[in-house]
Amino acid sequence: MPSEAPIRLSEVTYRVGGATLVRDLSFDVGKAETVVLLGRSGSGKTTALRLVNHVLMPSAGEVVVEGRRTADWDPIRLRRRIGYVIQEVGLFPHFTVARNISLLPSLEGWETARVDARTRELLDKVGLPDDVLSRYPHQLSGGQRQRVGVARALAADPPILLMDEPFGALDPITRAEIQREFLAIQETLGKSILFVTHDLREALLLGDRIGFMDRGRLVWMGRPQEFRTGSDPRIAAFRESLS
Amino acid sequence: MTFSEIFDQYQPQLVARIGEHFWLVGVAMLIAAAIAVPAGILLTRQPKIERWVLGFTNAVQTIPSLALFGFLIPLPVIGGIGPRSAIVALVLYALLPIVRNTYTGIKEVDPAVREAALAMGMTDGQILRMVELPLAARTIMAGLRVATVTGVGVATVATLIGAGGLGDFIYRGLQTVNSNLILLGAVPAALMALGADFGLGLIERKLVKGRVS
Ligand SMILES: Nc1ncnc2c1ncn2[C@@H]1O[C@H](COP(=O)(O)OP(=O)(O)O)[C@@H](O)[C@H]1O
Ligand SMILES: [Mg+2]
Repeated sequence: MPSEAPIRLSEVTYRVGGATLVRDLSFDVGKAETVVLLGRSGSGKTTALRLVNHVLMPSAGEVVVEGRRTADWDPIRLRRRIGYVIQEVGLFPHFTVARNISLLPSLEGWETARVDARTRELLDKVGLPDDVLSRYPHQLSGGQRQRVGVARALAADPPILLMDEPFGALDPITRAEIQREFLAIQETLGKSILFVTHDLREALLLGDRIGFMDRGRLVWMGRPQEFRTGSDPRIAAFRESLS
Repeated sequence: MTFSEIFDQYQPQLVARIGEHFWLVGVAMLIAAAIAVPAGILLTRQPKIERWVLGFTNAVQTIPSLALFGFLIPLPVIGGIGPRSAIVALVLYALLPIVRNTYTGIKEVDPAVREAALAMGMTDGQILRMVELPLAARTIMAGLRVATVTGVGVATVATLIGAGGLGDFIYRGLQTVNSNLILLGAVPAALMALGADFGLGLIERKLVKGRVS
């Protein structure tokens, strides 16, 4: 189905232990599009991401990735088509940078030469010098670690990326720099990206569309320009709280 | 008799007793590790049996070693007089520290690291082999060290059920009120415990080389 959006959620609800973490979530992420889910912490953004790569299963509704319901995917195959970046990065502390980046291509059975070439290519793409390849994560700065995290997520060239507040722990200058680089990379790679943040400026900068989440619901979705000027009271209140 | 006279008199036996002691502890630790490491892993996958397994191993730990050896004598297959009962008892004592450290070592792996591994599409087996066990290695080895050092001490009781070892000297020394004979058993046992701790420490350092955590 070539016209099918890479990610589509239809009336997805997720409940656990009596709590409803997300409710009636419906939206899609188009090809080469960046959709940003914006909302306060606890509004269900991370839960929404975990429903896409089948770490969580919807209690109701369905999540469709590349035309197939996540329930019908082999979860391992599904996740290998979806790059994942989180704020805490979660690099493997006992692996070098090179091994961190190349792990998934190796598991996928790529030849060594191709893996090495890919690792260097990615390092260059995320703006790191070759000499970090032999270092361990604890020998890197926060910004470098997050760049490695992005490179690792891109390693097997997945068509889809899920990013959970990936730049949230960085200092403002590094963050601005890495956001610009992110835009440049996305320009050339054209991934389908679902990006989560509680930072309004980041959402406005990176999103092709923004979805605003509040208490497990998607209450508004539209273009960044519309968000700036939108008159929906909940959006207005969120804007107010930041200015 | 002075210590050196005792030493000269018992020297031929000393090597044999050290060998027995080493063998008892070594075999018991291999068996214990082969049971306890998989059991600890299983606990991290089946949290419902956690209380049951840790409860059992805890209970074993509270039985005085002399009593445990005594209990084993009348049992068929695993019991009786001799090294077999001694090894069974040593294995039982070693289970707790190894199970517990395997379990906590894996549980203490940074959740962000596990989340990243899961989300990138690693299978459970790959996460265990490539991420959790290497990162838990230091804690698991610490459990093995505690178990081994304890085992060297507990094995001195094995002589009472005819399993030999350095306890032979200690108990004969106690019966004849000969402190030099007691020392002839106790000193090599202490050295063996220190040596095992040191050797396992070297292996441990090798396992976690290149990483600061
Ligand atoms: N296993 C769980 N059981 C109950 N509540 C949970 C569980 N996991 C998360 N929550 C709650 O669900 C809400 C949404 O969480 P999350 O999706 O992580 O929000 P966000 O990423 O927007 O901060 C939070 O209030 C959180 O405390
Ligand atoms: Mg979150």
